[in-house]
Amino acid sequence: MEDRKLILDIQDLSIQYRVEGGTVHAVENLNLALGYGENLGFVGETGAGKTTTALGIMRLVPDPPGRITSGRILFEGADLLRKTEDEMRSIRGGKIAMIFQDPMTSLNPVMTVDKQIAEMVLLHNDVTERQALDRAVEMLELVGIRSERARDYPHQFSGGMKQRVVIAIALACNPILLIADEPTTALDVTIQAQVLELMRELRRKINTSLVMITHDLGIVAEMCDKVAIMYAGRVVEYATTEALYNRPVHPYTEGLFNSIPDIDRDEEELKVIQGLMPDPTNLPSGCPFHPRCPYAVESCSREAPGMVEIEPGHLVACPVRTEHRLNSVGWKGGAGR
Amino acid sequence: MSEQINKQPGQSMHGIGAVFARLRRSPLAMLGLAAVIALVLIAVFADYIAPYGYAAQDLMSAFEPPSANHWFGTDEFGRDLFSRIIYGSRISLQVGFIAVGIAVFAGGFLGAVSGYYGGRLDNLIMRGMDILLSIPSILLAIAIAASLGPGLFNLMIAVGISSTPNYARIVRGSVLSIRNQEFVEAAKAVGSSDLRIILKHIIPNCMAPIIVQSTLGVAIAILTAAGLSFIGLGIQPPVPEWGAMLSGGREYIRDYAYMTIFPGLAIMISILALNFLGDGLRDALDPKLKQ
Repeated sequence: MEDRKLILDIQDLSIQYRVEGGTVHAVENLNLALGYGENLGFVGETGAGKTTTALGIMRLVPDPPGRITSGRILFEGADLLRKTEDEMRSIRGGKIAMIFQDPMTSLNPVMTVDKQIAEMVLLHNDVTERQALDRAVEMLELVGIRSERARDYPHQFSGGMKQRVVIAIALACNPILLIADEPTTALDVTIQAQVLELMRELRRKINTSLVMITHDLGIVAEMCDKVAIMYAGRVVEYATTEALYNRPVHPYTEGLFNSIPDIDRDEEELKVIQGLMPDPTNLPSGCPFHPRCPYAVESCSREAPGMVEIEPGHLVACPVRTEHRLNSVGWKGGAGR
Repeated sequence: MSEQINKQPGQSMHGIGAVFARLRRSPLAMLGLAAVIALVLIAVFADYIAPYGYAAQDLMSAFEPPSANHWFGTDEFGRDLFSRIIYGSRISLQVGFIAVGIAVFAGGFLGAVSGYYGGRLDNLIMRGMDILLSIPSILLAIAIAASLGPGLFNLMIAVGISSTPNYARIVRGSVLSIRNQEFVEAAKAVGSSDLRIILKHIIPNCMAPIIVQSTLGVAIAILTAAGLSFIGLGIQPPVPEWGAMLSGGREYIRDYAYMTIFPGLAIMISILALNFLGDGLRDALDPKLKQ
């Protein structure tokens, strides 16, 4: 394993929700690493546990019913799960910022936008209110909103502009890690492109690491260096974007790519992955994907697969496919099992 | 790109100025505001406005109908009703606003804590409020006033406590509806403390129902206070209180109807004014209705 400096290193993280009728295993033994300045795309279906993981990093999993049952979240080498609430408060927003999915609801409707940005600044810096407001206007201009609009209320902005405001809030304190939870899902495609362009530009300027949660593989291809594919609370494949798009290994990843229609071909029907996401209160034994997997063998229902490195930086949790691949490609790195 | 995004012209109205500007568009609200301001001024400057003392008796001119000397006539002791109503505005407004103030603070605090934290604390607080609510509020006020003893201050506490559960429920309901909104989570994600979130993000978003309930509440408090005074648990004579004057005039309603008409009008006008103002404020404070 290359010894790059990690900003975020999640080890064996499990998060559960206790609800009536059982325990939801939202995240199970999740491992993830992110280096300084890297962009990680976090891909999965609705309910795969992406947002829960993000909330876990912020330690904002609603408790009750949620609980982080095991694991470590190392941020700059220190375990976030051992921090006091006070320490977490200064990390949230100051070092780790989060962009929420729906800009329509993530701004306080009765506060002008400059005050909402200034609040972030005031919480994490020793400045006067005046200075914070100045900084707010500066941030607004950075995201392309004229200063005259600083004292408007959120409802006076369009959706794309609200998301710009949300981005301005997130970046106001120069966080070193930015978690974007489906930042463009609620926006039109054209506005999506603008917002993504803006995020890319700002990331260059401010140089933060980014965790981009999305279910849009196109966005990941555009924005991210690394990709983690999540299924039923586990990471099933983790690789550089380039490796994953060119050489997907896990059957689920393969299924995801197959379900994207080819623009150059006439296709009568979309290829789909058979079946549905398993009920998170009652996950199948062994590999959670085995009931839907075309390559499943008998052992898949017995043993939960571990992550195996099939080429440097490319980890897959599927013994069947890795073996097959190692045999055919003949790469002799870590012996697969 | 940025021109297109910025094309909506910025609006220049903000804060209290903006609320007032919107309030001005509603004639009824302005009428209410004017009446409330007039009432407050009357209460403050009662000493200069009232032609007679509120307890000055003149038995020779008892039961005089309205005239140039006594605009609203005189009561059974020859006291000038106009002066008594002027002074009475002090008592009624005090009782109304302070009692509602007590109720809003106590109820608002309990409701916000209960709604925000939920769970066992919520259950404990709200079941306590339910117990208070299960007693008719006038009975509750009577019980509290009776145990504390008569007097202006005790009256305010009695009326305040008896309406606390209403505010607690209203605030809790609003907090519950706002607590799970994404901007509250976003506020947590920027590192705000619970207290800050409640005070800066949640409470301002549930002001509208509190304001409306408070204006109605002032009216109800004035009426409750009058009721308590009527049965001798509230304001003691000779202090003029509109409700007490009303019940005092009740005995003479056949022959000297003006003795009840004028205090009644005073109560009606204040309550109407407060309601107009409250409704106007609700519209003006809601940023979604801004145009």
